[in-house]
Amino acid sequence: MTKKPAPTKKAEVAGYNARQAPINAKLGNDELIALYRDMVRIRRFEERCLRSYQQGKIGGFLHLYIGQESIAVGVVSVMGKNDHVITAYRDHGHALAVGMGMNEMMAENYGKYTGCSKGKGGSMHYFDPSRNFWGGHGIVGGQIPLGTGLAYALKYKGLKGCALAFMGDGAVNQGAVHESYNLAALWSLPVIFVIENNGYSMGTSQERSSAGPSLAQRAEGYGMNWDIIENGHDVLEVRDKVAAAIKLAHEKSLPSVLEIRTYRYRGHSVADPDTTYRDKKEIEEYKATKDPLMFCQNQLLGEKVLTDELIAKIDEAARAEAETSAQFAEASPFPTVEDIQKDVYWEADNPADRKSQGTLFFN
Amino acid sequence: MPVISYREALRAAMSEEIERDPNVVLMGEEVAQFNGAYKISEGMLEKYGPKRIVDTPISEAGFIGMGVGAAMLGLRPVMELMFFSFYSVAFDQIFNNAANIRYMSGGLINCPIVLRGPANGGTNVGATHSHTPESIAAYHPGIKVVVPSNAYDAKGLMKSAIRDNDPVMFMENTILYGETMEVPDGEYLVPLGKASVLREGKDLSIIGHGRAIQMALKSADLLKEKHNISAEVIDLRSIRPLDEETILNSVKKTNRALYVEESKPFCSVGAMVAAIISDKAFDYLDAPVKRLNSIDAPAIYSMPLEKLQLPSVDRIYQAALETLK
Ligand SMILES: Cc1ncc(C[n+]2csc(CCOP(=O)(O)OP(=O)(O)O)c2C)c(N)n1
Ligand SMILES: [Mg+2]
Repeated sequence: MTKKPAPTKKAEVAGYNARQAPINAKLGNDELIALYRDMVRIRRFEERCLRSYQQGKIGGFLHLYIGQESIAVGVVSVMGKNDHVITAYRDHGHALAVGMGMNEMMAENYGKYTGCSKGKGGSMHYFDPSRNFWGGHGIVGGQIPLGTGLAYALKYKGLKGCALAFMGDGAVNQGAVHESYNLAALWSLPVIFVIENNGYSMGTSQERSSAGPSLAQRAEGYGMNWDIIENGHDVLEVRDKVAAAIKLAHEKSLPSVLEIRTYRYRGHSVADPDTTYRDKKEIEEYKATKDPLMFCQNQLLGEKVLTDELIAKIDEAARAEAETSAQFAEASPFPTVEDIQKDVYWEADNPADRKSQGTLFFN
Repeated sequence: MPVISYREALRAAMSEEIERDPNVVLMGEEVAQFNGAYKISEGMLEKYGPKRIVDTPISEAGFIGMGVGAAMLGLRPVMELMFFSFYSVAFDQIFNNAANIRYMSGGLINCPIVLRGPANGGTNVGATHSHTPESIAAYHPGIKVVVPSNAYDAKGLMKSAIRDNDPVMFMENTILYGETMEVPDGEYLVPLGKASVLREGKDLSIIGHGRAIQMALKSADLLKEKHNISAEVIDLRSIRPLDEETILNSVKKTNRALYVEESKPFCSVGAMVAAIISDKAFDYLDAPVKRLNSIDAPAIYSMPLEKLQLPSVDRIYQAALETLK
């Protein structure tokens, strides 16, 4: 069955130009360069992760975000102090965008004690609540009720903030996602459901998994605001559209579903094949025409915000930062056997404040 | 001391905690306008308003997951499951998210949520509505499990559970909701992980939890009356954390143990307790540890048969006699 390409909600206003949108027009050169740099840092970090994986330093799954960098960077760049992020296992981009450090991230991938979760979570399970980043979740769609709960708590406490709950195009078919849509719409919760539609869930294309004209349009069934960001590779368009949804959440406490069209270059995880279910040409074409880094680079070169020299410098710095993180991870200690039973119960970790009695662990 | 029911004890505990802490909120299906399917929250909407007492749609995965997310950000949600049996619809949210979030974040996040509702059979509602998942819950490190068998414990344990910084699964019993006893007015806490010795004895330790341990008191009367056997009766109250000390001290004194509970036998709490006793008090035992559970099948509907499937005063009495043979 072939489907017609999904329609966008509104035909783009003729002459729409993300660069001219007020939220982008006001950006200074430094801010534009920072957006570019953040995307480069994600890519170089992940390329370094891939090498470490191939060397056997990283275990389990490694889901790379390469090709999707404009989304995490764009979204996080328009977040305010009380805005929160939660996502699935493809979480390196979001983590770097919110300001987590490469060292603690790489060390986590290596299973080291210096990792962001002390080596207990791994690549799929990064967290940093001090940066409003709530993971890093391994069960497809399982994080969406949690994101809805973050929004619930924000509203309960009377804070002007929102939760940005990310998921993939495969996750939209989970019941928990639909239950969350209903709760969010029913109670006017300030949550933005961000679907990073990279066209595939593992080896299954969107048209083989999802009914309906588009993923975002399902929001209509719940009376929710929705939009499709066709040019997800354009960090500036991401910023503009997401900022509008954030405004709606902040000012009217209304939820939204945003579907952002994007593409992943690598296999689902790096151990998976990447061309058995899709045409190599498809990947090459996307890379050639819509690579988020190149797109931004060309735009900023054209505006003379970036220079070849600066590009090289940014690239070199990102590579060095990633390399340093691999060295840091390598040099770090593994957790100890005693650490296995820490961070299970708050009470066990805070014995001075423990109120309960009795045995918590059974060995 | 006022005499109140198990139901009123739960309501008092939740009300006191709602008054004490602005972050406590009660949510669930029919808890507010309908006053609760089992009337635990009767009158609470009127008293505390819709911000604190919240009716949810029938979306266990959605609203429990939402509660977990809200707990991560500092709320203390008390989530009512109309029947505890419906926990299975939210299994992923409970056991992947609530139970693991602290661990996977290396201790950066905690999840002070209470999941509560009735977990019992005996009301002719068939297999789907009669689950007793305390051992399934307690299997998961990160989760705490509480099963009060009387009004006093229900109140004191509920207050402790709400103040606890870890996720607590709080399993009640519809048949006990109307049972009354003297309960002190106002503030008191029962700590999690502390068993209560309901009766002292020297010939046999009957250990258990939930409604079955209340039945065991009557079985102990029969043992005394008919055979002059003195049974010690211990209510664990809390499954995880577990009061191993009280269990082992009792068995070391009586040298015989019987575990009674409503759950099915396979991997039940009794199986765990039997393993602990054989591991840590083997030399004190004069007989194998015996266990008395529901008959191992899904919960039957048929009224007279369901009574026979569940633990009863007589079945506990017979099991005790076998332990003493
Ligand atoms: C409940 C559940 N089912 C299946 C999986 C295995 N799995 C992990 S990722 C994935 C594909 C998800 O695709 P999508 O939501 O589009 O996200 P993407 O990987 O493209 O970022 C599958 C099937 C899982 N982790 N959890
Ligand atoms: Mg996908």
